[in-house]
Amino acid sequence: MIDKYPKIVDGKSVYDLDSQKYLKMWQGPQHPGVTGNMSLELIISGDQVVACNTHVGYLHRGFEKLMERRRYINCFPIVCRICVPEPDTNEYLFAAATEELLGITVPEKAQWLRTLDLELSRLASFLMWIGGQSGSFGSGTVAQWAIANRDFVLDLFEELSGARIYHMYMIPGGVRGNLPEGWIEHTEKVLNNTEKLLDEIYIVLFNNAVFKSRAVGMGVITPEMIDQYGIVGPNARASGAARDIRKDNPYLVYDHLDFKIETETAGDTYARTLVRWKEMHQSISLIRQILKLMPKLGPIYTKLPNVLHMKVPAGETYVKAESTRGEYGYYIVADGTEFPRKITVRGPSYSHGMALLEDLVVGGNIADTHGLMLSLHTYPPEIER
Amino acid sequence: MIDKDKYKDVNPVEEEVKTLESPKNNWYVDEKTLANADLPEEEREWFSDARPQVVPPIRWTPMEKFLNWARAKSLWILAFGTGCGAIELRPLLTARYDISRFGMAPRPTPRQASVFMIGGYVSLKTLKRIVRSYEQMQGPKFVVAVCSCAINGGMYWDSYNTIKRIDNYIPVDVYVTGCMPRPEAVLSGFQKLQQLIMDGKAEGQNLYAEKFDWYKANQKKVIKDWNMPDYNW
Amino acid sequence: MKTIYEDLNKRFTMSGYKQQRDDLAFVTVDKDQLVNAITYLKDYHKFTHLAFVTAVDWLEENEFQITYLLHNYELKVDLGLKVRLDRDNPTMDTIHHLWKQARVYQRELHEMFGIDFPGSPGVNDPMILESWEGPPPMRRDFDTKKYSEETYDHRERQHIEPEDHLRKQLYPED
Repeated sequence: MIDKYPKIVDGKSVYDLDSQKYLKMWQGPQHPGVTGNMSLELIISGDQVVACNTHVGYLHRGFEKLMERRRYINCFPIVCRICVPEPDTNEYLFAAATEELLGITVPEKAQWLRTLDLELSRLASFLMWIGGQSGSFGSGTVAQWAIANRDFVLDLFEELSGARIYHMYMIPGGVRGNLPEGWIEHTEKVLNNTEKLLDEIYIVLFNNAVFKSRAVGMGVITPEMIDQYGIVGPNARASGAARDIRKDNPYLVYDHLDFKIETETAGDTYARTLVRWKEMHQSISLIRQILKLMPKLGPIYTKLPNVLHMKVPAGETYVKAESTRGEYGYYIVADGTEFPRKITVRGPSYSHGMALLEDLVVGGNIADTHGLMLSLHTYPPEIER
Repeated sequence: MIDKDKYKDVNPVEEEVKTLESPKNNWYVDEKTLANADLPEEEREWFSDARPQVVPPIRWTPMEKFLNWARAKSLWILAFGTGCGAIELRPLLTARYDISRFGMAPRPTPRQASVFMIGGYVSLKTLKRIVRSYEQMQGPKFVVAVCSCAINGGMYWDSYNTIKRIDNYIPVDVYVTGCMPRPEAVLSGFQKLQQLIMDGKAEGQNLYAEKFDWYKANQKKVIKDWNMPDYNW
Repeated sequence: MKTIYEDLNKRFTMSGYKQQRDDLAFVTVDKDQLVNAITYLKDYHKFTHLAFVTAVDWLEENEFQITYLLHNYELKVDLGLKVRLDRDNPTMDTIHHLWKQARVYQRELHEMFGIDFPGSPGVNDPMILESWEGPPPMRRDFDTKKYSEETYDHRERQHIEPEDHLRKQLYPED
């Protein structure tokens, strides 16, 4: 791996740009292929990338600061805004960490509903992602199919929680509502359609000569790099590391469900896409299992004390879950008052989108950079929060 | 590199810039010329120094009406997701809501786009790029501000890094409230914009030209390291 | 977890061991020994994954706390190492040579808290904030509401503190 960082110091590159050998090119933030706003400062020679420097901060809202001056219950509506395509992981983790500090247990049915919500949102997020990924390789058809189909999954969310994007379903103490009438049949219909769509995507995308010739061997993550860069989630699984927090440190009801960790060994863009495609199937099977095994009756909510005077005992905890991009975690430090002392959000895009991406794009083509960025599945809002 | 001496005498702006001391008016030279005072001296020649001009409607009304109809029926959206509202742009563009029914299509570059959709909160760093993209767009151009955060700060009303109202920095033609607004709401916002254009009321671009100094002062008030030309890229 | 802590305690001065869950524990380490302790954990106890680095501002005690969270993929446990710094002159040793992503975390801490990590590449570059002139924003003595009111133009609106609204809606008798 080229240690390229010393070559760009304080924003100035030591490549001699006047020699006409190198050119500096900015990709983003106004770039249609980039999910969220992020810019890549590329030094190119011909159409080959020689060095890269990522610039983030276009979406910084200062969540961690804002949460310091809000009560725990007031923090809850803003946490889901941290990651737009998959807000449920944030909701779950914030709720779980608060409950752990408060010493509240969640009713069993609420845990099943939470798992259901998490898996649905995983499916929605992956569908969104495969739309972007295929679009970046010029396959607009798959993008249209996948994003249109994601909308039907969002319809399920709407019936369940009343909102399409920010569900705010998993409040501290439990969940906000039970399954509406007829929801299970509707879900089954949507899942069947999605399954059919996934098979079609396999034919159209994974057998496509253009996609295959570009994605195979592009941006290879070797097993040695996994620990060095802190790579987690599907990106690590595509390089052969069978790591999944749902299996390793089971949370909610994942230990009652039957699934196996999907892995690939090549570690390139094709393998990463394939792993995620398999995980979409896995999500569908998990949702079906949950709907079958879930208890029909029971409470879904533990009543919290008066939330205005709810003092969280001093302490700290770190709760993590497997999001679509890998390990997602909340670190909450409580100091015994009504306000959190510090909430740190650990997003997987942090290591993928900055340290890893800067090294992976070196040596590739300009045209491949945003396909590569999407194949790492980074969401800038989660880097800068 | 630009040879400074070569351009020394053909650039009358530089002398005048030094005499303008008030930071509020440092872009003002005369009614048609800008100073570009915040650029390094050698870069000033790279950019135009013309001010935006108000474009009055054509006097012959049928022609103006026809032009407005044409403008309203082919709105090209700049694909710049400035905040979380951008996530609802994708369902809009794809099969289910299919915005191309209304003659709208995403364009990758500001030079080809005519509608700027501000999708939600605007952080300081993005504001600089928004101003730049907006000024790069060719007229007639329109702005639709989607989500509460762009309108009054929304959920981030006490954040240190987001601006609270976008209409102090660029002119807005249509607002769509909500967090998130549904795609139908955004769609209806675009239809409202079409109606305004056809009635000849979507005059954001002219407003920007008229109150250019006021907008520029607001922009420069929050963007502390202004290292861009004042207008016209 | 306990055995690892006992092994660590023989080599380094540690205190405040707290087992939060079966798979999570926190421990406070001396500032000078932190890099050695992390290196030891990484090499001998297979804590090969750095989950995050973050800082907590304890304004009342005039101290910063930096938390390093390490994960062991074989035992599947998390260990948080905490270190306390003087708030007036916050300087910490860098760990970018152990994990590549550490420099990104350190860069953020430098920007948001003003903690210096000498030797970490690019640590002085602005990362998230652009043209920022105020104090490091995540410090507790920086008041974001006041700053926002002074700096930005707010639209005239009915201004409701979320807290008051909550009180009115949920606990009218309160």
